[in-house]
Amino acid sequence: MTDASPERPLPTPIDRTQPFWDGLREHKVKIQYSPSSDRWVFYPRSHAPLTLADDLEWREISGEGSLYTYTIARRPTAPDFAGDEPQIIAVVELDEGPRLTSTLVNVDEHEIAVGMRLCPVFEDVPGAELTLLRYEPAT
Amino acid sequence: MGLRGDAAIVGIAEWQPERRPTVPPIFTLEQWAQLTREALADAGIDPSEVDGICCTNIRESDSFVPSTITEYLGLQVNFAEVVDLGGASCAAMVWRAAAAIELGLCNVVVIAAPSWPSPRPPNPPTGASSWRYGASSANYGSPQAEFDIPYGNVAQNCGYAQIAMKYGAEYGYDPEALAKIAVDQRVSANHNPAAVFHHVPITVDDVLNSPMISDPIHMLEIVMPCVGGAALVVAGKDVARRSTHRPAWISGFGERVLHKTPTYAEDLLSTALIPAADQAFAMAGRSREEVDLISVYDCYTITVLMTIEDAGFCPRGEGQPFVREHDLSFRGDFPCNTHGGQLGFGQAGLAGGMSHITEGARQLMRRADGHQVMDADLAFITGNGGLMSEQVALILEGD
Repeated sequence: MTDASPERPLPTPIDRTQPFWDGLREHKVKIQYSPSSDRWVFYPRSHAPLTLADDLEWREISGEGSLYTYTIARRPTAPDFAGDEPQIIAVVELDEGPRLTSTLVNVDEHEIAVGMRLCPVFEDVPGAELTLLRYEPAT
Repeated sequence: MGLRGDAAIVGIAEWQPERRPTVPPIFTLEQWAQLTREALADAGIDPSEVDGICCTNIRESDSFVPSTITEYLGLQVNFAEVVDLGGASCAAMVWRAAAAIELGLCNVVVIAAPSWPSPRPPNPPTGASSWRYGASSANYGSPQAEFDIPYGNVAQNCGYAQIAMKYGAEYGYDPEALAKIAVDQRVSANHNPAAVFHHVPITVDDVLNSPMISDPIHMLEIVMPCVGGAALVVAGKDVARRSTHRPAWISGFGERVLHKTPTYAEDLLSTALIPAADQAFAMAGRSREEVDLISVYDCYTITVLMTIEDAGFCPRGEGQPFVREHDLSFRGDFPCNTHGGQLGFGQAGLAGGMSHITEGARQLMRRADGHQVMDADLAFITGNGGLMSEQVALILEGD
C-alpha cells in the first residue's frame, strides 16, 4: 500500500463530520456518543441511529479495535486505485462497538485473520490538509 | 396479513442477454414500448387493458419517471410506482403489482427492466460517471463519499468478498462447494439456448483456477455483465383466467431493507432474507418441502450459498455440505437457477434480477424448453439488492 496520492478520491468533510477529521489531523480518533442511549456512533450523524436522539457529543477514543472482516482486492476496486493492488480493505470493529472502513498497512498477507487486534495508523495525505485513518496489527 | 394469491404473472418478454450488443443502442422509452408490446402479446392481452406500471429509473428523465413512460406509451393508469432497490427491484415490483391488483386499484400491471444501452448524446457532458464507484455514491454529503470511497471500499466485488470472508471465519470455507454452485448452474445454462454461456461448460477446477479477484472470490464466481431487457405482465384473476398461458400466481412475498454498505451492518451474517423468506412462506401457507425449484439472486456464488441457508432450506452454516450433497441443476434433486442463473445466463443490468422471476414463471407455465423441471408447481424466488441488504422473497404457484 502506497501513500494516497492526490489522484485518489479524498473525502470532502461537511460541517457535521468536521470534528472527526480535525481529530485525525491531531492524530487522535474522535467519534460521537449518545448519552441517552449509551451508544457510540460511527459514521458521524445528526441523530443517533435507532433512537434518533439529538444528544450526540464528540469524545476521544483510543481508536483500537479488531478485524471484523476484510478482503484482498487483486484488481483495483475502481480505476482511481490502479497501482494500489493488492488493496487490503478492512472493516474494523472499534472497541466501543461501531465499525468503520479502512485499509491494513504494515502487515503480511498471511498474518491477516478475522478477529486480530488492530491499532490506528494516521496517514497525513501529502499536499492536502487531511489525514486518513489506516490500521496495522497491534504489537 | 398479505396476498390472497389472486394476481398472477401471465406474460413474459425477455431479450437474450449479450456480452456485446449486436444491435444499436435504443432509448429507454423505446425499450419500454417494445418490451411492453412483447409481454402483452405473450399473454394475449390488449394494450388498452393496462392500468398500472412499475418502473425503475430511465435515462431520459431523472424524475417524473412513471408519467414520462405512460405519456410515451399512451397509457392511463391507476397505479404508478418507481422502485429503487437495485437487484431486488424486479421482485419488489412484482409484489407491489400484485398488492395493487388485490386492492382493486388496477387489473393489468406492466413491469419492465430495460437494460439495453441507450444512445449517447452528440456532445456528452464531461466528468466522472455516477457509476464510477459502483453503487457507492460520490455525491457531496454522501457517507460513502466520505468514509468508504477514500479507502477503496467500493463496487460489489469487495463487499461480497468481505461477506464471504466473514462467513468463512464463522463457519469455515469450502472453496469447492462454492465453485460447485457455479458449475451446477452452468449445466442448466448449457441446456438453455438463451444463456450467454450456453455453449461453455465449466468444472470445479476451472472455477478454482480462474483468477482470484477479491479474496476469496474467483472470477468464475462472479456474474458476467451483459445487455438485455425484460418485462412481465401481472394481472388479476379474471384477466389471468383468459390469458394464453398457465398463470403463475403470486401467493406470498416478504421484503426487508437494511444497510447500504456492509461496514455498517448490524450483523453481516444475519441477512435481510431471513425475515423476508419467513414472511413469504407464512403468507403463502407453504412449507420449504413443497418447493419444486428455487430461482434466487446470484451475483456471486456466496450469495446463492447464503440464500439457500437464510431462506431456510438448510440450517445456517450448513450450506456447503448441502450444496455438495445436492444436484442444483434443472435435472437435479434441488433445482436452483434453472436458467443458468445470472452466473450462467448473464446479468443484463436490472433485467438480471428479472431473469429469476421470468424463469420461475416460465417453469410454472411449463415453457422452459430444454431445461424444464418436471411437474413444476411451486417456485421460490428472491431479489437481492446492494450487498445482501435489500431482500425480496416471492412465492409463485401454478393452479
